[in-house]
Amino acid sequence: MSYIKPKFRHPRLPTNRLGYTVADYDGSISTLCAGCGHDSISAAIRNACFDSSIPPHRIAKVSGIGCSSKMPTYFLGKSHGFNSVHGRMPSVATGASLANRDLNYIGVSGDGDTASIGMGQFIHLIRRNVNMTYIVANNGCYGLTKGQDSATADVGSVAKGGAVNQFDGIDLASLALLQGASFVGRSFSGDKTQLEPLIRAAMSHKGFAFIDVVSPCVTFNNHVGSTKSYSETRQHLDSMPVDFVPMREEIKTHYEEGTTQTVTLHDGSAIHLHKADATYKANDRRAAMDTVQQAREDGRILTGLLFLDPDSQDLNQNLNLATRPLNELSKDELCPGSKVLKSINEGLR
Amino acid sequence: MKQIKGINDFVVKFANVNGTGSASANHLFAKAIFRMGIPVSPRNIFPSNIQGLPTWYEVRVSKKGYLGRRGGVDFMICVNPQSMEKDVASVEPGGYFLYDSTKPLANHLKRDDITYIGVPLTEMCMREYSVPRLQQLLKNVVYVGALAALLDIDFAVLKGLLNDQFKGKEKLISSNVQALEMGYQYATENYTCPLPIRLEKGGNVAPHILETPHILMNGNTAAALGAIYGGATVAAWYPITPSTSVVDAFAKYAERLRIDAGTGKKNFAIVQAEDELAAMGMVVGASWNGARAFTATSGPGVSLMSEFLGLAYFAEVPVVLINVQRSGPSTGMPTRSQQSDILASAYASHGDTKQVLLFPATPQECFEMTVQAFDLSERLQTPVILMSDLDLGMNDWMSPPLEWDDSHEMDRGKVLDAEGLENAEVWGRYLDVDGDGICYRTLPGTHPDKGAYFTRGSSKNEMAVYSESGEDYVQNVDRLLRKFDTAKQYVPQPKPHAPIKVKKPKTNLKLGALFFGTSASPSYEAVEILAAEGYPIDTLRIRAFPFHKSLDQFIHDHDMVFVIEQNRDGQMRQLIMNECQIAPDHLTSVLNYSGTPITARDIANQIRRALSTKSAEIVPLKRETA
Repeated sequence: MSYIKPKFRHPRLPTNRLGYTVADYDGSISTLCAGCGHDSISAAIRNACFDSSIPPHRIAKVSGIGCSSKMPTYFLGKSHGFNSVHGRMPSVATGASLANRDLNYIGVSGDGDTASIGMGQFIHLIRRNVNMTYIVANNGCYGLTKGQDSATADVGSVAKGGAVNQFDGIDLASLALLQGASFVGRSFSGDKTQLEPLIRAAMSHKGFAFIDVVSPCVTFNNHVGSTKSYSETRQHLDSMPVDFVPMREEIKTHYEEGTTQTVTLHDGSAIHLHKADATYKANDRRAAMDTVQQAREDGRILTGLLFLDPDSQDLNQNLNLATRPLNELSKDELCPGSKVLKSINEGLR
Repeated sequence: MKQIKGINDFVVKFANVNGTGSASANHLFAKAIFRMGIPVSPRNIFPSNIQGLPTWYEVRVSKKGYLGRRGGVDFMICVNPQSMEKDVASVEPGGYFLYDSTKPLANHLKRDDITYIGVPLTEMCMREYSVPRLQQLLKNVVYVGALAALLDIDFAVLKGLLNDQFKGKEKLISSNVQALEMGYQYATENYTCPLPIRLEKGGNVAPHILETPHILMNGNTAAALGAIYGGATVAAWYPITPSTSVVDAFAKYAERLRIDAGTGKKNFAIVQAEDELAAMGMVVGASWNGARAFTATSGPGVSLMSEFLGLAYFAEVPVVLINVQRSGPSTGMPTRSQQSDILASAYASHGDTKQVLLFPATPQECFEMTVQAFDLSERLQTPVILMSDLDLGMNDWMSPPLEWDDSHEMDRGKVLDAEGLENAEVWGRYLDVDGDGICYRTLPGTHPDKGAYFTRGSSKNEMAVYSESGEDYVQNVDRLLRKFDTAKQYVPQPKPHAPIKVKKPKTNLKLGALFFGTSASPSYEAVEILAAEGYPIDTLRIRAFPFHKSLDQFIHDHDMVFVIEQNRDGQMRQLIMNECQIAPDHLTSVLNYSGTPITARDIANQIRRALSTKSAEIVPLKRETA
């Protein structure tokens, strides 16, 4: 961790559409190890929220337990956050989303928190299509308890002490695709040009948006033989660049003709995907599953937007919830009163 | 043989096979008595099974209005050969035994001290109906018809009930009425009707019952209505007997009463979670975000929710949990009643935790205390657990009508809105500004740059900043204790009962009895039985934890105090000893943990036994006379 955080900011820091500077999206100083991939994810979330001009206080952060779940302290200090119970953040997020459908929810979890203890809740969160962004900082190991393999560690990956992992890793992105997630992305903490637009798109998406972020653990899983080290990840990265274009904004980046695919999100914003062979279709779940599996077989880590269904129905819609947040309803709207109770009594005679 | 006699004062029990439609026929019987204005308390004693195992339905008729179990059976209606031997044996001498006489009764089932009433139920139905399902279902209605003659049930009331039940389905109504008449006719033609035990409209029924137009409802429905009236908008749950019908009833009333008239959209959300952990997580998330949320569960669910209950206690998030207790541990006896989650709920979770508990004893209290639970949990920013049980939750209880005061305002507790945050000089989430241990909370999304904090279950300082400092930790958990002390002034106080005068007391000891929930009704009855025998016992009904100081006082004012409860280990007694610094020998347990609700006779017997063995050792305290 670093101990010093500069208080001084340039007086003319650029502002976003709402007049906030990027500093308004900062959190407390990180207590994670220097060089931890997770800090890059925190920075990417901060930048994405700044760039998308989301008022910081209209975002709520939720997490479980672990290094990853400490992260919400390190970004968006003006947002409420909830560091809940190990593996149970999905349920807390579900409840929070039901109580107030107007906030933007970011869940941060880890591979232990999601793929082991929280697997059940994770699957059911996808199934319910809760309107939130769910980021897994995936380093293949348990950091706070000193480096045990997690369930996403790849088979054959060598732990720091030399032990070779015997079990197949769980691929969370594949799982999310299979269970019907309406937005599935994967990225690398070291690739902010891809990660930031992906987070922006996820936060614009109405429904459950999942991003699996390979985020190396510099202390316990960054050595030769580990399949989730910085160098190993960089070597096997098969990255599909992503641009996020908010509604009514011009596309600024240009790629070779025929290699770009555009998907329009529910709120009118758009995502531009780029892949050299131009065969990838992000709105075709079966094709996405096939491509992801092929990459896995080839030993490549395919990153980018893997799948998107911009028109999915989220939990609030499926439950036909009131358009106003439930936590704003008044006594008059909630309590039927004494007359109704009298008639209920009548029915019980 | 001396037959049992009496008007409006007896116990009828039905022995049936689970899944044969007997429950609705038996309910018809009980409800008819209720509609005749006679106090009645039906109880379903059922197995954890869908079809085939023995099931019983016990109906107590009591002109005095006792709603607890008395003990003993005066009239057994047995249509289950599996359990017949035990059922015959359980009838009181002088009692009655109605059976299906299609087959003759085996010799070993014959007693000479009870009256047998044979009705060829199967034969009659085989003759009358061709469809097998009808033969089975209407057999139950035929015996209700026979009982109408034998016990003198108003036939018009029975018909009225069938009309209500099958509204508009004329064919069903007429086939049921015909089955009733068939049974009625058989009984009048073959037996002297009515029997020496019988019903009579208004016959010596206690005035307090006659004066109020009572309702018949179960505690789970009442609690669900409490959630509606208490303003709950989020219900997250996982199916578990005996709590399932809480959310079923909530859904039923919400679909009727909580639809926005303009948009047709729902002012409530119900989520059937993947398990109890998730159910509680959703409640915590919703409450943290300012909605009134609740869940309902039973023992195994409470175990699973314990981790979250600790988080909610420590992070100070309101939670309402309706715990409809059943027999534990583990799966225990899922369809049998107990009061055995007292300690598991009071100290739910690891670390130093104390949870607020409410103990309803009637459907009316299930309703009122559920409403109160929402106010308390937000006022105190902590979980509140409603400690109901299967007997109260799933059985129909005669109750005065539910009442609602339209001037009641929801107590949302100390929540700062944007304006409040602007005006606050300093704000820290865990800063005890008022000295009552309750701090000011804020909801997500309230203010652009004030009031945000990171809620967590790990240690923090008053400003909600992560801290592993021992001092910060101690200060925080000590404040939580202070808050728990504050809770005493908000929770329902214990209820004393006017002492019963005994002319010539047989003891000079001051006797007291403590009880709660469903142990209350049979306890009051037992106290009256013992008063008639010369033992005056003062009573105090516990209604909440933390305990009010009047509980301490009550115990100190009596030489011998009985704690009547339905678990093996005397959990309430332990909790009192723990929290009130009471010497163990001051409190004598009166227990029942068989899974069937405790009876007045059992309580009276246990107290008699304790008085004969223990009271000699007790020296009465010298007290100043007031």
